[in-house]
Amino acid sequence: MAGTLAEKVWDAHIVRRGTDGAPDLLYIDLHLVHEVTSPQAFEGLRLAGRPVRRPDLTIATEDHNTPTLDIDRPIADLTSRTQIQTLRNNAAEFGVRLHSLGDADQGIVHQVGPQLGLTMPGLTVVCGDSHTSTHGAFGALAFGIGTSEVEHVLATQTLPLAPFKTMAITVDGELPKGATSKDIILAIIAKIGTGGGQGYVLEYRGEAIRALSMEARMTICNMSIEAGARAGMIAPDETTFEYLKGRPHAPEGADWDAAVEYWSTLRSDDDAVFDTEVVLRASDLEPFVTWGTNPGQGLPLSSNVPVPSEIADENERVAAERALEYMGLEPGMPLRDIAVDTVFIGSCTNGRIEDLRSVAKLVKGRKKADSLRVLVVPSSARVRLQAEAEGLDQIFLDFGAEWRNAGCSMCLGMNPDQLAPGERSASTSNRNFEGRQGKGGRTHLVSPLVAGATAIRGTLSSVADLGPDVEVPDGSPLEGAPVADARQSA
Amino acid sequence: MEKFSQHTGVGVPLRRSNVDTDQIIPAVYLKRVTRTGFEDALFAAWRGDPEFVLNQDAYRSGSVLVAGPDFGTGSSREHAVWALKDYGFRAVLSTRFADIFRGNSGKQGLLAAQVAQEDIELLWKVLEARPGTEVTVDLVAKQARADDVVVPFEVDDYTRWRLMEGLDDIGLTLKHEGEITEFEATRASWRPLTLPAKHLPPVEVVAARPVLRHGDDALA
Ligand code: SF4
Repeated sequence: MAGTLAEKVWDAHIVRRGTDGAPDLLYIDLHLVHEVTSPQAFEGLRLAGRPVRRPDLTIATEDHNTPTLDIDRPIADLTSRTQIQTLRNNAAEFGVRLHSLGDADQGIVHQVGPQLGLTMPGLTVVCGDSHTSTHGAFGALAFGIGTSEVEHVLATQTLPLAPFKTMAITVDGELPKGATSKDIILAIIAKIGTGGGQGYVLEYRGEAIRALSMEARMTICNMSIEAGARAGMIAPDETTFEYLKGRPHAPEGADWDAAVEYWSTLRSDDDAVFDTEVVLRASDLEPFVTWGTNPGQGLPLSSNVPVPSEIADENERVAAERALEYMGLEPGMPLRDIAVDTVFIGSCTNGRIEDLRSVAKLVKGRKKADSLRVLVVPSSARVRLQAEAEGLDQIFLDFGAEWRNAGCSMCLGMNPDQLAPGERSASTSNRNFEGRQGKGGRTHLVSPLVAGATAIRGTLSSVADLGPDVEVPDGSPLEGAPVADARQSA
Repeated sequence: MEKFSQHTGVGVPLRRSNVDTDQIIPAVYLKRVTRTGFEDALFAAWRGDPEFVLNQDAYRSGSVLVAGPDFGTGSSREHAVWALKDYGFRAVLSTRFADIFRGNSGKQGLLAAQVAQEDIELLWKVLEARPGTEVTVDLVAKQARADDVVVPFEVDDYTRWRLMEGLDDIGLTLKHEGEITEFEATRASWRPLTLPAKHLPPVEVVAARPVLRHGDDALA
């Protein structure tokens, strides 16, 4: 029978098929662990006297709480310190591999899996974090789970799950200059809504998706959860294999050949039936920004802030009114006129090397606007080291930005990197919820290019606003920079 | 897990849609490493507002939350469920739940019952007209009742069965340990193992270069 990509991966992991409405029992290939959602799971194991069934399919890192300054000193915040110490104790006690602060492989959990070559096509990947959907960019079935499920996976390496529905999102055509994968996903969420993906695995396909680099694909899959979806997936292809080859945990020799042969079968059959299909034309897209307090409240940067009284649907109107009040925005004002206080470049959505390179190219030789601060936070220590080897850190410092150590940082403000009440950010992260980046903070989600242009001009801007001659940079290494391939050296 | 077949308690009308888990419990409370004691963190950002529904005496002791559509969206944090439970809630009624939240609820014995929006409105009216009215959530009949209003709700059969039997998921799964072991024996050798760890050449990691902070002279 013809199947979708998601169904193929699902079927390959069924330990036991559920009957009479019971869920299927699914085997989990890779379990990523971090300090915030794991302590109670390990406590549960301890209380029940259960071991971790497969420490060799489990890997932990510290990311949410870690400071991005003074990483060589004890963490100042006592509760953060306790949480991280708890992870260290648990990892030691249960034999789980841990990448701690100060280790080159420490970083945001969704960067660590791919960069080590642990994330591969055809796997089931879980983590107690909703942005686990990121790993779907490799053609893995990857989704976030709660702490009870973390405990369940630790104890059994399986999860009882009811099948997801499938949605094909086809992005046809070619992206215009200045628009990026972040704009694709913001446009998709604005189109289908923050609840539009509920219960679904989204499969992104079409010409515009195929043309994207692995990192750009991760940005899209990362935000699947912001449309309410359980997971997002992209069928693996040469781009995927090329990214993986030579990474520490990538298969080698005959294993590599067998893997590639299998991976090449991982695509939705031409006659596969999806529960829902959505089509988007890439050529219609332009830089997108959010104006409200959920990721679905986004518009092209060239538009104006919505006028709630013109919104017909009552629920949406009330939501828009509330959002505008929180965001401190005037209905109808041009989005381009919004001045920000902080530009945050980082997170598991857009803190990777290509993101940093594209911004660095844009800001090279310029000075940031006086009115704002710019925070650049690489997604992992390895990315940071690579960026430093390529000289990106100096470009950012010369620009007037702060160059930090790796972690989630201002994406969720669990560490000291937070917005002050009323402060406004342009952020390359994935959530603009009330208070997400600090109590009372106001967040506009943007692509790295918009973040860079905004840092230069002081108000929400695209590359085009910098003048007709300014070239739109991509994520390739800077000209003349020593290229540091994260796979070979650091 | 405690068995759950019926519960009666004060209903709390929460007239908001899209209550994401950051609103249910802000990230700062996620640093705790215990599994209980999150009651103070529930809706922390709103608790300072005297108008907020849980700050009104009639609703303070509520245990059945009646919320607008798309409850529990956003972050996967199970702390959202713990906070609701620690506060005393046994059931949440909404038109639509985020998947992860619903999953987490089922595992923790919190009932996430799906109710049609017009029925939510009916319940809101009763609860607002007569604050302190009790709602009975009947998992056997799949009904919620408040005074003369009786509305049906949806919950998937498996979750319902587990809640009614009070069954622990891990225990259930470990009954099939033999099948898990059999499956593991078929696992292709290209599939990754995290151990033994394979590394790139080790690098010494020192702090990123001296950081210029906002307001430093060097930036002026
Ligand atoms: S960077 Fe943000 S979204 Fe990503 S894992 Fe960290 S907190 Fe979550």
